[in-house]
This record gives sequence, structure tokens and C-alpha cells, in this order.
Amino acid sequence: MQEMSAHVRTNQMAALTERAVRIKRMLEQGVKKPYKDVIDVSWGDPHMAGMKPLTFVRQVLAACCYPQLLDGDNLPADVKRRAQKLLRCCDGGSVGSYTNTAGIPAIVESIAQFISQRDGVPADPENIWIHPGSQMALMNILTLLVNSEASPKSGVLMPVPGYNTTALSVKTMGGVVAPYFLDEEHGWALRADELRRALTSARGACWPVALYVINPGNPTGHIQSRKSMEEVIRFVAENKLFLLADEVYQSSVYDANTEFVSYKKVLCELGPPLAHTLELASFHSASKGFLGECGLRGGYVELVNMDPAVMPYVQRLFHLASSPPVAGQIALEVMAKPPQPGDPSYPLYKHETEHIRSTLVDNVKRVLQVFTRLPAVSCQPLLGGGFAFPRLHLTPKAVHKAKEAGMQPDMFYCARLLEDTGVFVRPGCEYGQKEGTYHIRFCIMTPADVMEELLRRLSTFHLQFMKDFS
Amino acid sequence: MAGLTAARCGLPKESVAENGASPRGKVLTIDTMNPTVKMVEYAVRGPIVQRAVELEKELSEGRKKPFQEVIKANIGDAHAMGQQPITFFRQVLALCSYPELLNDNTFPEDAKSRARRILQSCGGNSMGSYSASQGIDSVRQDVARYVQQRDGGVYCDPDNIYLTTGASDGIVTMLKLLVCGEGLARTGVMISIPQYPLYSAALAELGAVQINYYLNEEACWSMDISELQRALNEARGHCNPRALCVINPGNPTGQVQNRKCIEDVIRFAAKERLFLMADEVYQDNVYADGCQFHSFKKVLFEMGPEYSNTVELASFHSTSKCYMGECGFRGGYMEIINMDDDVKAQLTKLVSVRLCPPVPGQALMDLVVNPPQPGEASYDKFIKERTATLSALADKAKLTEEVLNTVPGISCNPVQGAMYSFPRISIPEKAVNEAAGKGQQPDMFYCMRLLEETGICLVPGSGFGQKDGTYHFRMTILPPTDKLKILLSKVKEFHQRFTKQYS
Repeated sequence: MQEMSAHVRTNQMAALTERAVRIKRMLEQGVKKPYKDVIDVSWGDPHMAGMKPLTFVRQVLAACCYPQLLDGDNLPADVKRRAQKLLRCCDGGSVGSYTNTAGIPAIVESIAQFISQRDGVPADPENIWIHPGSQMALMNILTLLVNSEASPKSGVLMPVPGYNTTALSVKTMGGVVAPYFLDEEHGWALRADELRRALTSARGACWPVALYVINPGNPTGHIQSRKSMEEVIRFVAENKLFLLADEVYQSSVYDANTEFVSYKKVLCELGPPLAHTLELASFHSASKGFLGECGLRGGYVELVNMDPAVMPYVQRLFHLASSPPVAGQIALEVMAKPPQPGDPSYPLYKHETEHIRSTLVDNVKRVLQVFTRLPAVSCQPLLGGGFAFPRLHLTPKAVHKAKEAGMQPDMFYCARLLEDTGVFVRPGCEYGQKEGTYHIRFCIMTPADVMEELLRRLSTFHLQFMKDFS
Repeated sequence: MAGLTAARCGLPKESVAENGASPRGKVLTIDTMNPTVKMVEYAVRGPIVQRAVELEKELSEGRKKPFQEVIKANIGDAHAMGQQPITFFRQVLALCSYPELLNDNTFPEDAKSRARRILQSCGGNSMGSYSASQGIDSVRQDVARYVQQRDGGVYCDPDNIYLTTGASDGIVTMLKLLVCGEGLARTGVMISIPQYPLYSAALAELGAVQINYYLNEEACWSMDISELQRALNEARGHCNPRALCVINPGNPTGQVQNRKCIEDVIRFAAKERLFLMADEVYQDNVYADGCQFHSFKKVLFEMGPEYSNTVELASFHSTSKCYMGECGFRGGYMEIINMDDDVKAQLTKLVSVRLCPPVPGQALMDLVVNPPQPGEASYDKFIKERTATLSALADKAKLTEEVLNTVPGISCNPVQGAMYSFPRISIPEKAVNEAAGKGQQPDMFYCMRLLEETGICLVPGSGFGQKDGTYHFRMTILPPTDKLKILLSKVKEFHQRFTKQYS
């Protein structure tokens, strides 16, 4: 079963996605189903799930696109000020111009200030590069690290379960993914002994060059403790690995007793020599958190302790992408420099962000409540991130039925769930998991009523499914 | 450690860093870095631009210079040079960004209905949602309709349309798909010399073999099949040629290929089994009398099934050029013809890795292929703006050619299309020697001096490729007419000064 080719799984996932689209269309055309809509929580996409964009972001974006709005009375003064500032930074005063490859300098500066404030450690704008999304930034850094002509091939240590797009990036550039398993029984923790095992095992098959961590985790919802982060830092230092820290969910923390700390901050607080030598790339984006602007494609990488001799080549490589999309840059500007107390837009901004925060905190509570009560499903604490990743305790009968259908058991579960309830989630086999375990992943960045309905349909389905295969 | 990594790379051992020290324990060094990245250069944003930026800074700090401002005539960025956006497009984008504006009666109804349609096709009715990685369905359908209409009814399948982050994204993705093999079987890609340096940079990064075919400067930069054949035959000795890239209208050269030439190229590609990559981003920028844009796809299909069923073609377009000039939004698409199904599956996988193209760029592309129609509220204004922009460009193309050709030592082919002039300049022997002494290409030396003396930033021809012993520069025709006139006269003065100084 585990040997089922990735190819086949990809096809099945594509088929499932198509089926979701087909069902959506059928419902639009009035075809009768036991449900009135498809609840698509297969993506980490808040807007698709029904969350609203932040008003300030969109007002600034609109004013930048159509500066005639600045002459009218409909936009608050701080929106106008921000749009004017940004337009002044654009060549020809137009957002239609190319920008610097790293992004509009004033926006890069805003990001540097944001990082400095977050970490209490100064960030140099020269080390920050805006990209069309954090995945593109990650791909560029991987391009530097992965030597496709080498033998043995370059390897990147990556978490299981892990976001599959990143793994695919590594493979498409001729690298090898060397998996390290997160510890489900302990809240999906990242264990140093497992890193060591993974590295030793990897050394047989490839030449490990980097360690990729994602914190808060996707799909796991785990947030690393500072101790764990220090272990990771020491591990990469000892083993001469480049540290890739994907921190796009840093604003998505739900547990009251947990705090996000950036890898950069932890590194700096460890002091020299590590703080001055350990190479780190950290990634963030406007796609998650309060903004949820996945479609605008705004992300950045901050590079720490790079060899200066390498930087000119980094620049040239980045030039190939020409300039990052301006709408994404505008979203990053607002993310880095949101309205402040005293600004005309602040009350609305505060209201909107608090509503998002409380919605998500409540969603997480509800999710954990429901899974605690349902039989044959369990869920690790959901500290942050964008998803729930509960474990399905499927019966041998269900597993067997799935095999007959030529599917992984959790893929089979997801297909039935979609068909019977219109709820579209992703199977754990997409992310990797310990053999014999099954999971589903769904986005928790949804409006409260959507989550309630989702959980209702899922619970009903789950009970029936377990009954059918008891 | 350094020896081990060099051997791993399969390359000759690089000399150790000048300071002789071990690389401070760094993981990522010149030695361990992906070796292909070292080969990447991109002249359009290269050292001369960096110097131009420095000079701008110095000017803003009040330092005295022989010029009042730096004029960046290096990059094909129309808005940077004062070209105005199309009002309708920006209205729709504003409405899509902040749908509250749908209640604002200063926006015309047709803009609102376009915006509503676009928003409906977005997840959660928001441009902030991911789209499918191939692009929003309804936009791809609109693109297909546009292509079909443009090409006189030749069918366009929306399934063959991939929306991209600017044309560059599509071009690089296709090259990634095409490049494979080791040693003598390594993929070779034919590119025109002079060329837009994205191609050479991408090929370098991918470790592909670059096969140069020279455009014929004496015949207005036209493509010459015998030259294509020569280049190909030579290349077969050391690589596996798989693709042929054509830019039409041309960058930097501005030539617009005639129909016969396009047919000849298609026949050549068919005969030699080459994948055709047709970069057509300047398709609306055609100025010269007697010149017309012919899409490769249209010509291919008009040549009949012998060709249209077999020749593999990718054609590229974007929102960055033509009359829109919307570079910042990164909108684009590619149309793929006759691609093998398995390869198409790979392409789909490749594009999924970057998730999706920016949705505002997709929205913009939708508007470009679906502009205001006669009878609609915004039609008149749209036509007026588009015509004004394109005719201004045509005038500037003519002006540039005329003025440059009055300068002894500069000879400029007609700027038939696109956005640049690429005149040939004569550089005196003494200057060539001084350049060599500085380790610079002669035309880089020339352009640097021009920059320091006049504040005008151009790109030396060496950044684009040129026949040995010839020198050129690329200058955009984008500055507003009065500024362009000043620019041209300064270039003229400089050239005469420079020539005299080094005679």
C-alpha cells in the first residue's frame, strides 16, 4: 500500500479535486443532493473559506490601482496617505511599473522594521527579498543549495507529515527529500534524536545540505518550544546544514499559553559564535494570518549570515524573476505596518483582526471538542497554524475496502466524505504519515458558521462510516 | 572539505577564496553553491543599472553632476517613463480590490459588470484566494476566445492556455520542461543573437546548451534560415538541440518578421523536430508601414495539417508591454500546441509548485483579452487612450531611427515594432583598448561613460549578444517625446565627443 506510486496518488487527488468542482457545478445547476453546498476546506485559503479581507489592505490597494480615488471623499485619510506614499515610491508614480527585484525599497524597509520589532533584533533591509509568495522565495534558495549535477544528489531534510508542494519543489530541481518524522504522540513535536536518525539515514542516499522546518506547523498545528528550536539550531550547526525556517503561520497562534518566537530571535539570543555564523533563511508571507491574501502573491525571505561572496550570485538569480507582483508587495506593506492606535482606520482594523482571532480560537476549541467526543478519531493539541490534522482510527474492514478500491484508506475516506456530505478535505497520505496511520487535513481559517456546519456534517458522516465498516 | 565538494561538483576545483581562509564554516559558499547559478547574468538589471541607481542617490543628496536627472532608458517599463495606464483597466482592478466601490456611482457600469464577473470566478469572491494553478477558468476561456478571434477563427482550446506570472514565468517553466540529458545529449536551445537576456540567463541556470543563431543586421535584423541551419548543424556535434526561441516583434532589435519568414521558420522547426517557443509579448507594438504581426499559431494552422498536427509550439503574451504597460501586475499567459500528453502532465505538476499566478494579473489579462466593446460606456475612452499610446510609440520609433541615423558612426535599423532601438555604434580603436584595460566590453565602457556624462542609462549590446567586433546599445523609445528628443540629442553630442576624444 505504501508503495503505491506517488504518481497514482497525485492522480487520485487531482480526480478528487475535479470531483469537488463537478459537484459544485451540479449544485449550481440545481441538481439535488443531500447537502446544499460544497464546503471546500482543502486549501489553506481563508478567503476561499469565506473569511473577509482586511478593509485597510483593500482600500490601499484600490487607491494605488486607481489614484483618482484619492481625490474623492470615500477613503479615510490614512488610506490616502499610505497609497500616496506607495505611489511616490513607484517609478512614474504607477503601480504598473517594474520595481526593484527585491521589492519597493520603502516596503522592504517596512518589513525590516516589522522584523526588528518582532524580534528585538535589528533586521537589515539588504537581507530581505520580496517574492511572489514564500514558496517562490523558498524555491530560489533551494536553487542555490541543490546541486543538480552532483553525485550523490543534494538532500534536504523535511518533516513528515509535511506540506507536499515544498517536497515537490526539491524533487523538481534534482534534489532528494530526506524525511524526519514528527512525533504524533507528543503533539507532533520535532525531536532531536529523530533528526539525528534521519540525517544518518539520509547520508547513505544523498548529500544533505539543508534542514527545512515549518513553525507553526503545516499540517500539524504544532508550535515549537524554544528548547526544541535551540536543539534544531545546534543540530544544523554541528552537521553543517543550511537552516530553512518557514514561518508563514507566525500570526496564527491560538493557544493562550503558547507564543511564537522566530528562529532568528532564538539564534540571536544564543549569542556568538552561532548567532554570527549560522546560515538561516526565514520565510513569511501575506497569504496567511489576518490578511489571508493568498491570491495576491506576496512573500519574502530574510537571509541571515550568508557568505558575502555568494550574495552577488543570489542577486543575479533573483533578477531572473524580474519584479515581484505589486499587489502582493502592497499587502506585505500593510502586514508589516498596519494601522496604529490614533489612525482613522485603526478602530475598524482592530475590530476586524479581533474578530478573525476570536473566530479562529473558537474554531480550534470546537474542533478539539468535537474530536474528543467522536469515537475512532483523535487530535493532537492545535496550537497554531492553519489546519486541523486529526487521526482516523479506521477499522481493518475500512482499510480493506479502500485497498479493493485501489486507494489509500484516508483517500478513500475523503472521497466518501465529499460524495456524501460535500465536505472537501485532504487525506493524510498527501503529507506523509507513519505507516498504518491515517489522517485528514482541513483548513480551520473559516467563518464560525462554516466551521459549525463542517463539523456537523463530518461528525454525522464519521459515525455512519465507522458503523458501515464495523 | 573543499576538495571533496569540488570533486562532487564534477567541475575543476575552484581556486580557494582570495583570503586563503577556509570559508568560515559556511554551508553555502561559492564552491558548494549550485554551479549553474554562477553562470547567470542579466544585463538589463546589471552593473550599469546599479551605477545609475547610485547616481540617482548622489543627485538626490545634492551632489553636482553634468545632468539634472538620470534617465533610465534601459528597461522596457512604459509607466516608469510616463505612459498612462488604461483607465478602464485600473477602474476594474480597483473595483475588484475593494468591492465596496461597486456602490460608488463614479464608476461606469461596464467596469462594474466586468469586476463582478471576475470576482464571481474567484474563490470566496475575493482576489485574495488562490486560483487553480493553471489560472482562473473563465479567464482562460476569455483568452482562448481572444486568440481565436485574433487568429481569424483558428480554434483555441482553453485547456491549452496557462496563465503565468508575466511571460518570463511561462518561458522559464517551458525551458525547465525541455531541458534534460547529460553530456552530449544535453538539451540545446536555439536563441537569436541579439536576444533578450532572460533566455541566456535561464539557460545558464538550467545548465542547458545555448545555441546562438545570428539575426541579419544588414537585412533589418531578419531571421535567415541558412543561418539557423548553420547554427543547428554545428550544435548537433555537442548537444541535443530541442527547441528554437523566436521573439516577434523582436527585443532588442524591433524587427517584425514577415509572414514568409514565419512560414520558413515553422518548416525548419518541423524538419529538424524542434519545439518552437514564440515570444509575442510585443504583438500590438507594430509601427512600420508594410509590417504586420502574424502569430506563429495562426500561420502554423494556415499551413495545413501536415504542420499544424505535428509542430510543437508554445506562444507567450503578457500585460507588461503593448499599450497596457502593466509590468508591475505580472500578468501573462502561454498557449501550448501539440504537446505530448505525458509532458503536459509534467507541465501541470511544474506550475502547481508555484501555486498560482497573481490574481490581479489574471484579472488584468482578462481585461486585455476582453476590452470594452463598441456600444459600451467605456469604449470611446478606451479606444482613444489605446490609440494615443500606440501612435505616440510609433512616432517615437520613427523619431529615434531618424535622429540616430544623422549621427556619423551610429546606424540604426528601422524600429518596426516592440519598444527599443538597437543601433550599431562605431567605437574607436583607442577606446576599445582602454575598455580592455579596464576589463570591460567596449560598449559597456561606452555606455558607462555616457551614463556618467549625461545621466542616460542604456544597456550595452554586449548584454544582448552581437557579432564579434560590432558594438550596439539598446535604448527604449518610451520616454515622453520631448524628453526623448533631448535624450537623442545628448546621445548624438556624446557620441561625437567620445569619437573625437578617442580618435
